[in-house]
Amino acid sequence: MTEAPDGPVAHAEPAGATHVVPVRVLARVWGALLVLTLLTVAVARVDLGSLNLDLAMLIATVKATLVVLYFMHLRYDRPILAVVFAAALLFVALFVSITLLDTHAYAHNLIPDYGPALPK
Amino acid sequence: MADTRTHAVAHHFDDAEQQREAGKLGMWIFLATEILLFGGLFCAYAVYRSNHPEVFIYAHRYLDKTLGALNTAVLICSSFTMALAVRAAQLGRRRQLVGLLGATIALAVCFLGVKGIEYEQKWKEGLLWGAHFHAKLAPAPPALPQTLPAVPPAEGEERSLIPPAATGPAGLARPGRAEVAEGAQGPPHDVQVFFAVYFLMTGLHGVHVIVGIGLLTWMMVRAKRGEFGPEYATPVDLAGLYWHLVDIIWIFLFPLLYLIR
Repeated sequence: MTEAPDGPVAHAEPAGATHVVPVRVLARVWGALLVLTLLTVAVARVDLGSLNLDLAMLIATVKATLVVLYFMHLRYDRPILAVVFAAALLFVALFVSITLLDTHAYAHNLIPDYGPALPK
Repeated sequence: MADTRTHAVAHHFDDAEQQREAGKLGMWIFLATEILLFGGLFCAYAVYRSNHPEVFIYAHRYLDKTLGALNTAVLICSSFTMALAVRAAQLGRRRQLVGLLGATIALAVCFLGVKGIEYEQKWKEGLLWGAHFHAKLAPAPPALPQTLPAVPPAEGEERSLIPPAATGPAGLARPGRAEVAEGAQGPPHDVQVFFAVYFLMTGLHGVHVIVGIGLLTWMMVRAKRGEFGPEYATPVDLAGLYWHLVDIIWIFLFPLLYLIR
């Protein structure tokens, strides 16, 4: 899925009209997205332990990346738009990870022997 | 017809290029706020799932994987037709643009229809949020009895088998549950939490789909009037960006809710 001529050219001529993504590229991305959907469903049938979640998220991230780069033509746009997008992702990642750190930082029972305790 | 367009360049922009880029930047900033909005729900999901993995493992079996996968495919196809519609707008192909917008709207309606079937099933079975939850839970859902580990594995690790010795000051906290030993065959506690998360996330996503249908209809009306062409396709482009983001959110919701293992 490397359409090398498109990207650099689009940036090289900012005066021109908006970059039009070729149908061929869009169709390939569409096909890849459908294949990846089938793949993620198939992978979920196999028990891989904690790897299942990682794989599902990896596939979803690849799909989202394809949508962002080609359907949302971020690949052909000015980098500032990618910065805005990446900033949003960064802050969501910070938000989720710090909250998860926090939620795991407490004992189950603040009053000793009151609530169900963790096994020693 | 082209000369009757009124939206050449607004007076505060130097040229069409600047206007177009400003519009895109504004849309991406809006999409960033959308990502943060859903980020809150993804965070809630992560907290509940990490604290109660057994609830998620157990309860996700009540969701229909086939319908979920079908809806994923439907949204991906709608994203494809939307991307083609943006292309048609940029190339000034009016009839193609109207057709592709119509196809996108049809697929969006199809998505909502499938979602409606799923919601109806949950509603009938009482698989709802919080206090509305009144489903009769089986150790294993009848649909997939063979794949279900009847004992939620995380439960034993999480709760002590020893009943609490003291009950503490009244009203300060509720005593924890200590019925793990005999309740090993039953469903985990607080299954309704999963359905609260499910309805919140898919519901907010569904609202976005409805808004998207409105936007695309508006774009279709304007496209029929011949407002868009190579010089002016920004509204279609921006509606497309919104629609693709709705697709991306579903791309993450589908494995997180339907494909838990």
